[in-house]
Order: sequence, then C-alpha cells, then structure tokens
Amino acid sequence: MAGKKESTFINMVLVLFIITLVASAALGGLYELTKEPIAAAKLAKKLKAIKEVVPAFDNNPSDEMSEVEMPSGDKLEFYPATMGGNLVGTAVKTFTTNGFSGYVWVMVGFLPDGTINNYSVLEHKETPGLGTKMANWFKPTDPAKQKSSIINKNPGTTKFIVSKDGGDIDAITAATISSRAFLDAVQKGYNEYMKTKTKEDTSHE
Amino acid sequence: MNNWQNFSKGFFKENAVFVLLLGMCPTLGVTSSAINGMGMGLATTFVLIMSNLVISLVSSQIPDKVKIPSFIVIIASFVTMVDLVMAGFVPALHEQLGVFIPLIVVNCIVLGRAEAFASKNKIIPSIIDGAGMGLGFAMALTILGSVRELLGSGKVFGISIFNENYGMLVFVLAPGAFLALGYLIAIINRLRKA
Repeated sequence: MAGKKESTFINMVLVLFIITLVASAALGGLYELTKEPIAAAKLAKKLKAIKEVVPAFDNNPSDEMSEVEMPSGDKLEFYPATMGGNLVGTAVKTFTTNGFSGYVWVMVGFLPDGTINNYSVLEHKETPGLGTKMANWFKPTDPAKQKSSIINKNPGTTKFIVSKDGGDIDAITAATISSRAFLDAVQKGYNEYMKTKTKEDTSHE
Repeated sequence: MNNWQNFSKGFFKENAVFVLLLGMCPTLGVTSSAINGMGMGLATTFVLIMSNLVISLVSSQIPDKVKIPSFIVIIASFVTMVDLVMAGFVPALHEQLGVFIPLIVVNCIVLGRAEAFASKNKIIPSIIDGAGMGLGFAMALTILGSVRELLGSGKVFGISIFNENYGMLVFVLAPGAFLALGYLIAIINRLRKA
C-alpha cells in the first residue's frame, strides 16, 4: 500500500467525503432491507398484545383501528375485536405520563360492557424488580391476592385507585407510584372507551 | 505475538472489563440478566470485528488529522447496522438493550482497539484481535449478568435455580452492578496472582 497520506486540506476533505459517502450508502441500503422486518416485528408485537387481552376474534383489529387524541398530543388507539360480526371486546392502547420514569403504555382489553378482560404492558421505563412487576401484578393467579387484580372488574363500579388512596386495588409492594400510574392509564382507557361507545350507540339510533 | 496469544489475551490477560476496566457504561447498565449481557457482548463483538477489519484496511489512506473522525464514522455505521438488524430480527432483545446499542459507538473498547491495534496491524491480526477482545467482553458481561440474575432473582438465563420468591433486589438494580463487578474483579485478580 501507498505511504501515509499527508494531512493536507484536500486529502482530509477527500478522505472524509469518501468515508461518509460509503457509510451512508451502506446504511441507506440496509435501512431499505430491514424496513419490512422491523415493521412486521412491531405489528406482530401489537397483534400479540391484542390477542392476549381480548376474547377470541376472527377479524383483523388493526384494520378497524380508531384513534382519539388526548390534550397532550398522544393518541389512544382502539382495536375492536369481532367474532362473526359481533363485538366481543376492544383492545385499547392507553398510556399515562405519571410513571416513575415517564410514560407507561398499556394494552387493556375491555369487554363490550367495560369490564376488563385482560391487559398487557407494552412499554415502560419503571424500576426493574419494583415497577416492572406491573406486567403480572394486576392479574394474579393466586386467589388470595384478588384484591390486587383488575381482571373481570369494571372501572365503572370498582374504584380504580390504589387502596392506600382509598381505592379498591392493592398497589404493588414498594411501587405505589408505578401502581397509581398503571391504574391511571387503565382508567383513562376506560373513560375514552365509554365515550366512543356512547357516541356509537347514539349514532346507531 | 502469535495469533493464539493475540486472540486469547482478550479473555484473561487483557480482559476489557475485569482487567482494563473499559466500557463500564454498558457493563453496568445492561447486565441485569445473563441474556442481556450476552446479547450486548455479542453485538459489541460484531462491531469490534467489523470496525477492526475495515480500519486496518483503510487506515493507511487516512491522513492523521482526520483519523478519529473517520474511525468514528466507520464504527457508528456498523453500530447502526447492528441496531437496525436487531430491531428487525430480535425485537425483544433489542427492546431490552434499548439505548445501550447506539451507545456502542462511544464504547472506549471499540475506538481503543481501532486506534491502538487495527490502525497499526494487518487485516488478519486485526480481525483476531477484535474477535478476542469482543468475545472476552461478551464473556465478562455474561458472567456478570449471570451472577446478578442469580442473586437478584434466583434465575440464570431465565431458568429458575432458587425458589421463585427468592431475590436480593439490590443486585438487579444499579448498586448491585457495582457490588457484583467489584467482587468479580477481586476474584479475577486473586486468580491472576495465583
């Protein structure tokens, strides 16, 4: 190979230009290649969450998705799940900004009457080992812990506030802030879900 | 130095984490579980091998004054590639490692090897050096991740070893990273002296 290049202005510009050009071309190419798998992975994750939270359905909830914009500019997404044309439940992608470290996104499955079928935490930055327990805490399998469960409860009749604040749901041990945030997200999802429902009902009449 | 020594130095004699104490940010940040540590280690290994390879090829054509910017561009390109590929094909792991993947760019091991080794050596030794250093880093992160996962939640690679309710929470959190790393370094130092 040739000897060391001198650090002249033209050499430096030329070398940096070539390197950045090659790098950007390579990245651009790879971006095109991975665009589809990335989109597919995101969609698969969302579908999996929807499947987890609502009863069995036979439509494609993503096609019938509707959105409601909140004052903060974030959007709540509604995914209606139908079986043979009848609504069996709605997966609501809801959020709260009150998490211990910012946003918490939750997919909550509501039955048509507003009862919670199941939920799945999508994204959060809560403390590992404490706030992260929300992924399973609010759907305990142990019957002795039903007070911390939100499954089969209706935010319209049950107070979705942690018991420490006078509500009906037991908070995660040592993670009350995360619990409050979680319940806030569920409540928000319920409120908006009921709003869209009443709108639909009146439009049908 | 023959190829074997060149390769094996990354594991013990010059292990990036336990001996050189380089790349502490991802080391402490991602090792809350064994699989996270391993994923991060392997991603870094890939970046190290590729950047060492390219840099050893082109370094003679790069004027000294723009050496560091050029290296950074090359390293950053490979990191972005890893980021994109992981987002597409292992989304779960990608989500776990989060911000630490882009941060491989500023991992001092990568730039350090590029500057100290690859820019002065031929292609084959550079690749071997990158592989050795990277796998040594991955090994260190996997060990640290396993220890923290075992002590913190009673599991290794997600397989329960202890009772489910077992767990010293502190080891999953940041202070536990420092504690576990400190003890591991002490053990390694003792072994090295022996």
